[in-house]
Amino acid sequence: MMELTELRRLILGVIEKNSRIDVHELAVILGVTEVEVANELAEMEKEKVICGYHTLINWDNTSDERVTAMIEVQVTPQRGEGFDKLAERIYNFSEVKNIYLMSGGYDFLILLEEKTMRAVSQFVSEKLSTLEAVRATATHFVLKKYKDHGTILAEEHEDERMVITP
Amino acid sequence: MRNPLSNVVQEMKPSGIRKFFDIVSEMKDAISLGVGEPDFETPWHVREEGIYSLEKGRTFYTSNSGLKELKIEIAKYLARRFELKYDYSREVMVTVGGSEAIDLAIRAMVNPGEEVLIPMPSYVSYLPCVQLAYGVPVVINLKAENEFRLTKEELLEHITDKTKLLILPFPNNPTGAILRREDLEEIAKVCVEKDIFVVSDEIYAELTYYKERHVSIAEMPGMRERTVLINGFSKAYAMTGWRLGYACAPEQILSQMVKIHQFAIMCAPTTSQYAAVDALKNGDDDVRNMTQSYNQRRRFLLNEFKDMGIDCFEPYGAFYVFPSIKKFGMTSDEFATKLLEAEKVAVVPGTAFGQCGEGFVRISYAYSIERLKLAMSKLRHFISNL
Repeated sequence: MMELTELRRLILGVIEKNSRIDVHELAVILGVTEVEVANELAEMEKEKVICGYHTLINWDNTSDERVTAMIEVQVTPQRGEGFDKLAERIYNFSEVKNIYLMSGGYDFLILLEEKTMRAVSQFVSEKLSTLEAVRATATHFVLKKYKDHGTILAEEHEDERMVITP
Repeated sequence: MRNPLSNVVQEMKPSGIRKFFDIVSEMKDAISLGVGEPDFETPWHVREEGIYSLEKGRTFYTSNSGLKELKIEIAKYLARRFELKYDYSREVMVTVGGSEAIDLAIRAMVNPGEEVLIPMPSYVSYLPCVQLAYGVPVVINLKAENEFRLTKEELLEHITDKTKLLILPFPNNPTGAILRREDLEEIAKVCVEKDIFVVSDEIYAELTYYKERHVSIAEMPGMRERTVLINGFSKAYAMTGWRLGYACAPEQILSQMVKIHQFAIMCAPTTSQYAAVDALKNGDDDVRNMTQSYNQRRRFLLNEFKDMGIDCFEPYGAFYVFPSIKKFGMTSDEFATKLLEAEKVAVVPGTAFGQCGEGFVRISYAYSIERLKLAMSKLRHFISNL
């Protein structure tokens, strides 16, 4: 496990919100050299602290249809197949966007993003439920996304401050 | 009809910032870098606490000096962040913003004709407050070559038999200058030796970017008993509209400030006081995150100036930079006006904060980096056409 230095924490803090920032600007705003930033980034990529540089897309604002579903899954781990093995069988389906092992009333929470509801139900009935270890599933469809990855998706506030103040 | 007005009030000059405000606010889609308040909204948990206090029907006056719970939290905060120990029941009061505390302190301490030292450039209200108290403002013009710090020599030069009080406005608006421990040690020695009192306006105490934390002059030997420390919630917790500040001083001074406050104000807004309790209890992380953002923007602007060949000392406090525009052969006023006309970018002329601000403009970085980037590209365009 990687020990996080103050600089690494600062870098992660910035790029978690803005992965497009370039090395030069990162170096400027953090008051270090570009070489230092590049080295830290490379190191954190290598150690799998940084696992990707994704874009947060609000598909609701496009003409493309997307259906997001959360699926609770109860499983009975088989002999020689713990939760991790089972999770692997599930996450290898490309439809699965996120999967978490949960405490509480069920075991896995799967986040699925598909083009249609039918595609979701097909995945659940044909691929997920047919796995031997899966005892039960409960599928919830997302009706509206308000906030995703810490970003509020509603329109931004206008700057209501007076233009000049002492 | 007789003149209905007081001579003192009539002689007071309106804030120099006003004129510029009128021009900018008339202009559509101006990019303003002119504000003196955070761009962050008050952290939600603090707002929520304010809402809750209203739901509970806490809509009454608090005691004159403020809610006991809040005064306790203020005393704890000052002990936790600085080496400051104040008795919450006798040495702490809650005011309507830091501004009220400035006014109270000056009125409580200055007799007619006594001199008050005001380092400038600085916030616009010290001088009028001294005038309203029939005191004599004595301006100390701070110098760019000292990075706008107050030096012991400058202080000594301006002290006379009539000097009663020194206003210490650091971290400074508009320059962003801070005083370091070694600067304060020298100033403190002079104050003790010459028996001068200090009103230390530390409203930006949380917003510093130097390797050491902000140091209060009240931490210096012999200074606690002769200092009124002023701070508040506006800048650190992004709570400008809540109008909440506080003052800490020895009981002898503070009790007199409370007396004026009692007659003029009654008490600070109750809702704000309840919200502020939560800010002090649970707001440390918010302050740290906001300070980090300001620091990043500060570095960004300084780098842009360096790139454009604009002279600017490195300021370590508040959320302002104070670059010199002398090389462009214009006054601050001309520069700001032309920049506004040509590029619709609004900065504040340094002269709004005292005559020695001539040759400088104040640029606020209480804006997102995206906004600052846009403004800097316009500034770059502007100066390349000069």
